[in-house]
Amino acid sequence: MTSAVLAAEKKTLGPSLLLRGLRKSFADVVAVDGLDLQVSRGECFGLLGPNGAGKTTTIEICEGLTNPDEGTVELLGLNWRSNANDLRQRVGIQLQETQFPDKLTVEETLRMFRSFFKRGLSIEESIRTAELEEKRNSRVGGLSGGQKQRLAMACALVGDPELLFLDEPTTGLDPQARRHLWDLVDELKRAGRTIILTTHYMDEAERLCDRVAIMDHGKIIALGTPQELIASVGGEHIVEFSVSGSANDDGSVDTALLLAIPGIQSHRVDAGLHQLSVSELHKAVPLIFTSLNEQGLQLSEFRTHSATLEDVFVRMTGRNLRDE
Amino acid sequence: MSSLTNSSLYQLTMTRFRLFLREPEAIFWIFIFPILLAVGLGIAFRNRPADVLQVAATTTQLTQALSADKGLTATTMDDASGTHALATGAILLLAEQTPNGVSYKYDDTNPDARTARLIADRAIQTTAGRREAVSTTNNLIHETGARYIDFVVPGLLGMNLMGSAIWGLGFAIVEARQKKLLKRLVASPMPRWQYLASFLLSRLAMLVVEVAAFLGFARLVFGVPFRGPLWQLLLLCVLTSLSFSALGLLVASRAKTMEAASGLMNLAMLPMWILSGVFFSASRFPAIIQPFVRALPLTAAIDALRGNMLQGLDLSQLMLPVSILLAWLIVPFLIALRIFRWR
Repeated sequence: MTSAVLAAEKKTLGPSLLLRGLRKSFADVVAVDGLDLQVSRGECFGLLGPNGAGKTTTIEICEGLTNPDEGTVELLGLNWRSNANDLRQRVGIQLQETQFPDKLTVEETLRMFRSFFKRGLSIEESIRTAELEEKRNSRVGGLSGGQKQRLAMACALVGDPELLFLDEPTTGLDPQARRHLWDLVDELKRAGRTIILTTHYMDEAERLCDRVAIMDHGKIIALGTPQELIASVGGEHIVEFSVSGSANDDGSVDTALLLAIPGIQSHRVDAGLHQLSVSELHKAVPLIFTSLNEQGLQLSEFRTHSATLEDVFVRMTGRNLRDE
Repeated sequence: MSSLTNSSLYQLTMTRFRLFLREPEAIFWIFIFPILLAVGLGIAFRNRPADVLQVAATTTQLTQALSADKGLTATTMDDASGTHALATGAILLLAEQTPNGVSYKYDDTNPDARTARLIADRAIQTTAGRREAVSTTNNLIHETGARYIDFVVPGLLGMNLMGSAIWGLGFAIVEARQKKLLKRLVASPMPRWQYLASFLLSRLAMLVVEVAAFLGFARLVFGVPFRGPLWQLLLLCVLTSLSFSALGLLVASRAKTMEAASGLMNLAMLPMWILSGVFFSASRFPAIIQPFVRALPLTAAIDALRGNMLQGLDLSQLMLPVSILLAWLIVPFLIALRIFRWR
């Protein structure tokens, strides 16, 4: 299917995914706690959150692998209860931690998955998309982590799905393999496919997703484009510093003085590291230096970066994404 | 590419073949092991010419008398060394010259020793001049079909069909579940019944090779008889294999780890290895447990296979074991389908 056709469908058809009041508990743990979500056609949507936030449970409910306790799931205008066979043909799924049989080759594995779909890509095409040409006749057991993950991706793509689910596609991969996989997702986006992915890497969500939902404890705590979410922190920049006091001082920072500086939106301390969210960096930084100097403090560390989704998460929960 | 080779059932079945053939250990256990076992048992229980029994006597005269019989070899020993030889099993019987005649020293709980006693007495009496009251002749038979190897080959066949079906299905399914491959497969449009059917299809295809190799070997090397119709024998093998596949499916339907699966499989198979009469007749077990022994699928399978191969019974005469096997096919299969865990 060409991107022009998909673009046309996007206008005429409803959302790719619609979740209403989704709830799911396992024993005494509430994994998903009242989730509403809508994903448009052609969108690349990211569920971002720490481990245990309920991302995988949510995506597995969307994939029809887990039944929700409450709420409705609609995919491409259909639901799992009455249209399962149709839906299975039209969605592509990559699960966390699937191990394909070690003793099959890449081509044999793909051929098997291709046989389940009425229509889809040719084996050649899917091998080319996943850039596994050289490994075509290699056994799965001999592939690297990145190659195995690209094979999983190829198996998800082989039915030419309208909607693609990727559950933590780059977890456990080295940086180079991650970038390789991101390029692959970029291409799928360009081809106009709707992609829903989960990740606990904020850089991944920022890099790949048109829109992001940040999840924590089974709830969506923030939803929007990465830019919107970052802007919602109140400052586009983050200043981080730590101080060592002079001999006659205990080294504590007077927060009120800092917050009085124009352009500084907020302040928090995490393990001795002070974090300020700042909107006008060039004006605020000299004033910060002056203020610290006047308080008789010496800087032992000072850096600034543009605000990221990580900072959004920290602001909203008071925890770091990777604390867990 | 034809539509057959693109069909999911074909691809799934081919996957089973590939994974099986790329597992050298599995090939050993299913194809080589039963043949080795048959060779070993064939050698151990081969029909030797009637045994020549080792005996001894305390006087040269007696030794000569004993040696005159073809069934005995005799040596001369004094009482002490003869008793020692008896104790160590080097001889079965010591004939001692006493003032009143001859005394035989032997262990009457050993059947060979009792035989030696009879032959030795006959030899000594004949040498001493006894004449038979009735004239007798021997007409020897060595019939195929009555030997131990003939008895044990159908037993090994049944045991092998059980092992390959239960292990083949059980391990493959539980491994796929443990590696989340089952979950991935049900996330695709694969029809679930085809996954299970692919196991049965590949099992049946391999069964033909497996049975042909084993029985062909037994026929060529040991001359084991096939008295019943061959197509019925094949049918019995298929039924046996399907029954055990259903049992394997049941065993593998919930287990999440290989350790759990392997424990369950041994639990399922152990009673049958012991009770089902692979190596000796199951009727040797006490009457009180016979109904249980008879109800085991392996007992039924081996009864049916022996009935066909050794007694030349027709399928219509094997309805009891066949119905037991059918029950073992249907009931576990239905339970397994209900409780099967796909993730």
